Amino acid sequence: MSEPHPPLRFLACGDAAVTVEFGSEIDPAINARVLALDAAVNADELPGLIETVPTYRSLMVQFDPLVFDYEAFEARVRALVPGLKTDAVAGRRWKVPVVYGGEFGIDLDATAARHGLTPAELIDKHAGAVYRVYMIGFMPGFTYLGGLDPSIATPRRVDPRPMTPAGCISIGGIQALIAGQAMPSGWHILGRTPVRTFMAGREPAFLTAPGDEVVFEPTDASRWEALEKAAAAGEPVAELVQP
Amino acid sequence: MTELVVASAGPLTALQDAGRFGWQRYGVGPSGAMDRLALALANVLAGNPPGAVAIELALAGARLVVEGGAARVALAGATATLKIDGRPAPPLTSVTVQPGQTVEVGAAAEGIYTYLAVAGSFALAPTLGSLSLHHRTAIGGIDGRPLRAGDRLPLNLAEPNGPDLMLSTVPKPDRGPIRVVLGPQDDYFSQTGLETFLSSTYTISEQADRMGMRLSGPKIEHGPKGYNIVSDGIPSGAIQVPGNGQPLILLADRQTTGGYPKIATVISWDLPRLAQSRPGTALRFQRVDRAEAVRIARATDEAFRTLIASIRPAGLSGLASGDLLSLNLVDGVVDAKE
Repeated sequence: MSEPHPPLRFLACGDAAVTVEFGSEIDPAINARVLALDAAVNADELPGLIETVPTYRSLMVQFDPLVFDYEAFEARVRALVPGLKTDAVAGRRWKVPVVYGGEFGIDLDATAARHGLTPAELIDKHAGAVYRVYMIGFMPGFTYLGGLDPSIATPRRVDPRPMTPAGCISIGGIQALIAGQAMPSGWHILGRTPVRTFMAGREPAFLTAPGDEVVFEPTDASRWEALEKAAAAGEPVAELVQP
Repeated sequence: MTELVVASAGPLTALQDAGRFGWQRYGVGPSGAMDRLALALANVLAGNPPGAVAIELALAGARLVVEGGAARVALAGATATLKIDGRPAPPLTSVTVQPGQTVEVGAAAEGIYTYLAVAGSFALAPTLGSLSLHHRTAIGGIDGRPLRAGDRLPLNLAEPNGPDLMLSTVPKPDRGPIRVVLGPQDDYFSQTGLETFLSSTYTISEQADRMGMRLSGPKIEHGPKGYNIVSDGIPSGAIQVPGNGQPLILLADRQTTGGYPKIATVISWDLPRLAQSRPGTALRFQRVDRAEAVRIARATDEAFRTLIASIRPAGLSGLASGDLLSLNLVDGVVDAKE
């Protein structure tokens, strides 16, 4: 990577937040820098800091404007960024069972046809990749993934569905998603996982974190009921595996 | 054990506190009171820390019966009446309610959100550190839902201690334009679009709730970069402008991230009065820079502390109480981590 980093930008978000932007692209190197800054800012324990929100390419920092020294923060970040160690953030790899097609993946056949593939070939491509968790956002546990095989990138639906079930495994453009819960969606649903990326009261309440990796394991529909029951009882069902 | 038992409640009656912080990185928004100043006022009048959990009512009223022991209640926020067994209680004053008596909050005459705080607050288990309800995702509240008839809310205090309290100054409403700081994506709008936004009147549409309010008015023109961004974090008060050019202000129950450019952000001290504005209200926006927004925050906080400091024991109007002033009523009024 000989490309120079794009210039760091501080985007005003009112009086109680700022977004520190590293770039405008979906790029693992940019995302790694976001996560490294996230860790560094939280380690600093700045007075007035409320919370940080890492996303694909930027870190939103929320603070109490009565206490937080914004100028000092901006200077601190400018000083921190050149020395950020992106390899310091160690991710985990999750193996996530997915039942593809049929009632679980209502768009599998149409999406395969669109790319001139059989459904089995599309499953191979989707389940054959190692994905990076770029961001958990939108709604609880929504896990946004990069690493989709570009040959199956699919523009979002023109007419979003008013509701899709929790656990949908879908693709939209070059992104892939594990939906944390039922939500309207314009993405193409290839399958469904019983895994709850978020479950209040479970320890841990959230499974995936930015910087983690995800691989999908095609799973026979006959196993759905047992896995679903285990997940509902608070078992992770997703497995941590060696990268 | 002293309990408040819900006899009747409007559909949007729910527990809210200062908010749920630290989970936006997992997609869980802060929620919390739409009008955090009214929440703080009701709580302090009840003798609680400002960010304690209280009952948020939206437009409709509610009736609750006190059981097991006495309870001190206080109401603040939208203009609504408080009656105890049918007898009106004075406004901005906490009142001790005996077991068996009924607390009745009337429908809001002006504004939207009213807060009923109870001394000692509720002895209920929080979710992810807060009792604030996020209804769409069923997080917080009672079983992830609003309050309904039959719910029993146990209190942390068997009996209230200390005197009932009253506010001796009436807060002055601010009716000026809603102040905004441009950004984070003001560079996604043409000069014409920015001028339209800052010089036009926008009306709050019927599509307004705890998640956000859609406005209608002159179309805001995007620039050559279009109207899709790679999703980033959404601050409270962010004004998103999708392809139709109509602004959407994102509030307490907002999604944590989004892919539409945000032209500006409402300053934090104008969010409570914005939240209290009903559909049909005409809004204008006034641009301030970040430093000016912080000055406004400091000045408004100071004014709010002065207001809180005017709280006296009820029935002793005009008398400053050294005991009360030493109660440390003010600390943490705006501490979001409360």
